[in-house]
Amino acid sequence: MEQLIYLDNAATTRTDPRVVEEMLPYFTEKYGNPSSVYSFAAANKEDITKVRAELAGILGARPEEIYFTAGGTESDNWALKATADAYGHKGKHIITTKIEHHAILHTCEYLEKKGFEVTYLDVDENGIVDLNQLKASIRPDTILISVMFANNEIGTLEPIEEIGRLAKEKGILFHTDAVQAFGHVPIDVDQMGIDMLSASGHKLSGPKGIGFLYIRKGVKIRSFIHGGAQERKRRAGTENVPGIIGLGAAARLCAASMEQRAKRESALRDHLIDRVLKEIPYTRLNGHRTKRLPNNANFSFQFIEGESMLIMLDMAGICASSGSACTSGSLDPSHVLLAIGLPHEIAHGSLRLTLGEDTTLEQIDYVADKLKEIVEKLRSMSPLYEDFINGGKENKA
Amino acid sequence: MYSEKVMDHFQNPRNVGEIENASGVGTVGNAKCGDIMRIYLDVDENQVIRDVKFKTFGCGAAVATSSMATEMVKGKTIEDAMKVTNKAVMEALDGLPPVKVHCSLLAEEAIHAALWDYAEKHHIRIEGLEKPKSDISEHEEEEEY
Repeated sequence: MEQLIYLDNAATTRTDPRVVEEMLPYFTEKYGNPSSVYSFAAANKEDITKVRAELAGILGARPEEIYFTAGGTESDNWALKATADAYGHKGKHIITTKIEHHAILHTCEYLEKKGFEVTYLDVDENGIVDLNQLKASIRPDTILISVMFANNEIGTLEPIEEIGRLAKEKGILFHTDAVQAFGHVPIDVDQMGIDMLSASGHKLSGPKGIGFLYIRKGVKIRSFIHGGAQERKRRAGTENVPGIIGLGAAARLCAASMEQRAKRESALRDHLIDRVLKEIPYTRLNGHRTKRLPNNANFSFQFIEGESMLIMLDMAGICASSGSACTSGSLDPSHVLLAIGLPHEIAHGSLRLTLGEDTTLEQIDYVADKLKEIVEKLRSMSPLYEDFINGGKENKA
Repeated sequence: MYSEKVMDHFQNPRNVGEIENASGVGTVGNAKCGDIMRIYLDVDENQVIRDVKFKTFGCGAAVATSSMATEMVKGKTIEDAMKVTNKAVMEALDGLPPVKVHCSLLAEEAIHAALWDYAEKHHIRIEGLEKPKSDISEHEEEEEY
């Protein structure tokens, strides 16, 4: 198969050509600075306002609660650091989970150095946060709970509504990193009790370098980037107009097709999961079987290592990712896989396949076939598999 | 990220397999760090490595260095095989990314571990060969970077 099979949509997505088309005029024709007075540029301000309203509509929020940022990481940093800054006098305790993205975890580590205390909640074997532990972790000085909407590696959806309710009862701010979820699953900030929400454009067929932070009206966090009066003085810097237009277009397209897309992608995902679990022995699915993102499949293949798998898949024209140490640049495999209780050697053999709008059944079948061959080949040269097979023989004898 | 030679040895690894009743077998590394190499040697009465096979659990570089290391010691006397260093293996592969240098160390260790096993079984002493570490610790790998 000559064609590229892109199954790494959790890393980034192809920008939808319709999105690019909407963005293009904002580079060479409508290039004015939205803060300028003349009508040529001021029209851009109105266009941005429209996008704000569209995004707010998707979340059940108000337009003035949407603040554009340079992406998910900035949104996460802003939410945490600015909350710590604004509410630090009330308390120094933050609750998050062990399976957050590094944009949250490393920001928490930074805040710990600044005198904050952070509780990292455990998750169960499916990656679902323990609500009882959350309840027990709440203290009088807890100022913020930050739990991701959906995990980027194993796709597990967290009980956001329950967490939101709990946070509200206790008067604690609730932030969710919804970078993987926004545009893919329904989100309602009021119904779910979300006070802040991070999202990113390039995970939903929008452009890179643009995202937003939803901040509920009344939440007192201030600017993180200082300068001009953009974004109601809360986020300085000339607006990334083409990016904002692209984010708006992508979100609009995603929202309109969400139900049908989720149905289609989860059917393909389930087909992939069924085939892999049935046809490749000593394999496990990581993440919850049903409470997971429609496009995410994550497996661990025993006795083999992830990076070798990725290279072989690449040779077969398939783009995927792994939580093995070799792909993380450290000696430890993914913190998410360790948090769900996988031993190191099984975490090293993990593979994440994330589907997209263009993924077809033929591609999924081709991937399952190739995967079978690759796992078999790598196992045939694995000393762990040799020991396992010989151990089995000895036990029988 | 990898040189053409590394990719070639990863895609078409030489000497994969096992040797029954091998003269020496050595296993190094650990699954925790994500690399395990096992080398089988068939050494003849003139102390020439007649055949060598390997099995590796690990990344592309781990497989390629195992493959290259086995190629480099095959047909050599034990004395000459001792001269195959991790540096020589890396050079033969046209280099490795810095984070993968430990893979070549592991390959050298695996050959030495198999030779040590051979020496113990045959009650001989190999000049310059030290008792292999059962494991390459994370600390030592860090230092080599």
